[in-house]
Amino acid sequence: MTRDYIRERQQRTGWLLVAPALVLLLLVYAFPILRAFWLSFFTENLSTNLEPVFSGLDNYAQLVQDGRFWQSMRNTAVFTVLTLIFELGLGLIIALSLDQAFRGRGLVRTVAILPWALPTALIALAWRWIFNTEFGVWNDILLRLQLIASPVNWLGDPFWAMVAVIAADVWKTTSFVAILLLAGLQSISQDLYEAHALDGASPWQSFRQITLPLIAPQIVIAMLFRFAQSFGIFDLIQVMTGGGPGGATEMVSIYIYAAVMRYLDFGYGAALVTVTFLVLVAIVGLTWLYLARLRAKTE
Amino acid sequence: MTTVPQTTSPPAQTGDRSFPWMRVLLWLAIAFTVIFSLAPVLWQVLTSFKTNAAITQTPVVYLPGLDQLTFSHYLDLFRLNQFHIYMFNSALVAIVSTVLCLALGSPAAYALARLRIPGEQILLAIVLVVTLFPYILLFLGLLEVVRAFGLANNYLALIIPYTAINLPLTILVMRSFFQQLPRDLEDSARVDGYNTVQMLWRIVLPMTLPALVTTGILAFIFAWNEYLFALTFMSREGMKTIPVAAAQLGGTTLFDVPYGPLAAATVVGTLPLVLLVLFFQRRIVQGLTSGSVKG
Repeated sequence: MTRDYIRERQQRTGWLLVAPALVLLLLVYAFPILRAFWLSFFTENLSTNLEPVFSGLDNYAQLVQDGRFWQSMRNTAVFTVLTLIFELGLGLIIALSLDQAFRGRGLVRTVAILPWALPTALIALAWRWIFNTEFGVWNDILLRLQLIASPVNWLGDPFWAMVAVIAADVWKTTSFVAILLLAGLQSISQDLYEAHALDGASPWQSFRQITLPLIAPQIVIAMLFRFAQSFGIFDLIQVMTGGGPGGATEMVSIYIYAAVMRYLDFGYGAALVTVTFLVLVAIVGLTWLYLARLRAKTE
Repeated sequence: MTTVPQTTSPPAQTGDRSFPWMRVLLWLAIAFTVIFSLAPVLWQVLTSFKTNAAITQTPVVYLPGLDQLTFSHYLDLFRLNQFHIYMFNSALVAIVSTVLCLALGSPAAYALARLRIPGEQILLAIVLVVTLFPYILLFLGLLEVVRAFGLANNYLALIIPYTAINLPLTILVMRSFFQQLPRDLEDSARVDGYNTVQMLWRIVLPMTLPALVTTGILAFIFAWNEYLFALTFMSREGMKTIPVAAAQLGGTTLFDVPYGPLAAATVVGTLPLVLLVLFFQRRIVQGLTSGSVKG
């Protein structure tokens, strides 16, 4: 009797402690997504004097035929895949070296997490300046090394602009990947390597057979978070190129922002948000299923 | 302090004797890491101190002479561009939202760690999943909330979303911290007749300070760095935060880009975070790995 009473009271306290945070999470996360879903069935733009008018699936019909949307999806896919590959590669190299013992390791670790902590919008300014055609330091270095004959218009060329934003994003977020991977590396017992070396394994073999399998969970987590953030990248692109030149670096997020804030097309913007959300959820969900199946198979 | 122990692996001696090139490789990787991480930032610092003539000189000046250095870009920021106001806005919004986030998030984290409330797994799943949502998916709905409550150009328009976007991280980090606390303390507090809230306030909170600092630093960083909401909800000049104000620094024409002030603005806006990283590197790493989170 009393035990039940105490338990019940504890649960009530628990819910009271959780409630404020939960309400805020629902307001800031759940409401906007549901609201976008609802609004995507309405036309709300300048032609309707910004009043929502029910229009069924019109927005989605428009979206399917919207070349600009598909272009932005392609750009986002290219950007996401390439940044993830480079971040994983570089992050692994940095994490492996930070895991070794050497003089000044604490300082190097501090330096290595710096890019992650700095404001993306300001970093975008810095990279815009580095890639400046006339006075940029990157062109200067390449010219001095005689790798190019004349200055490259990095942010003005469709191909090079994509390369530039990818480089900037890789710089900004590799340290995040490195931090997570380093935590994984530190949890591996040194004995494993010693035993493996006694068996005559080369460093490369121990890396393949011990390190990689044991930090696989950290790799997956890091890539999952990086995927979601890369897929929704906004500030870096907006400040560095604004989606240009000619839409060459326009990501889905940039298009959504333009649809809402520049064209004041709230209904269509809502449809874009909904589709982007569903694509994100589908990819994360499929990855999850795939991993679960993989794990079930190995056990 | 019962925070995550920082394990240090012993030196990789196997590599030292039989493979001297492993050591060379290591130092190459370290040199790469340092240059990779610092060069863009240092370049910005150097640019911010160069005179306009030196900035637009080709080929690029790497070692400016004394007559090519100036402090005027920084003075311009505060005299012509009111950067003290943007700094104040950023600091206010980041600090208030961080405190609110800790105040709302830690009790929730405690409940999820200890009180075995029904629906706990679902709550945790929600917290984990929302950390994956990019802000662009939220801004349209939030814009409507901001309009409905007339919050545009009000600090609350940023404080509320910033508190919320940091809640998942706070809950995850604090929960893992609470789970490491010895249960005996709380049990004996109960025997002494404390109820849950009293016990949290008098016994648990004082022990929680290190974890609160760790989480607070991360929350502050995310709030200080946020761009999209600040860009959308704050249109009045006097309400802008540093990232937005810096990104909108422009010349009077397309050909008159203020490179110097732009570089100085970047330095001013990143300086507080550089200091945080310098002093709290280990805490930041701990928080990121135990809450593991977003980039």
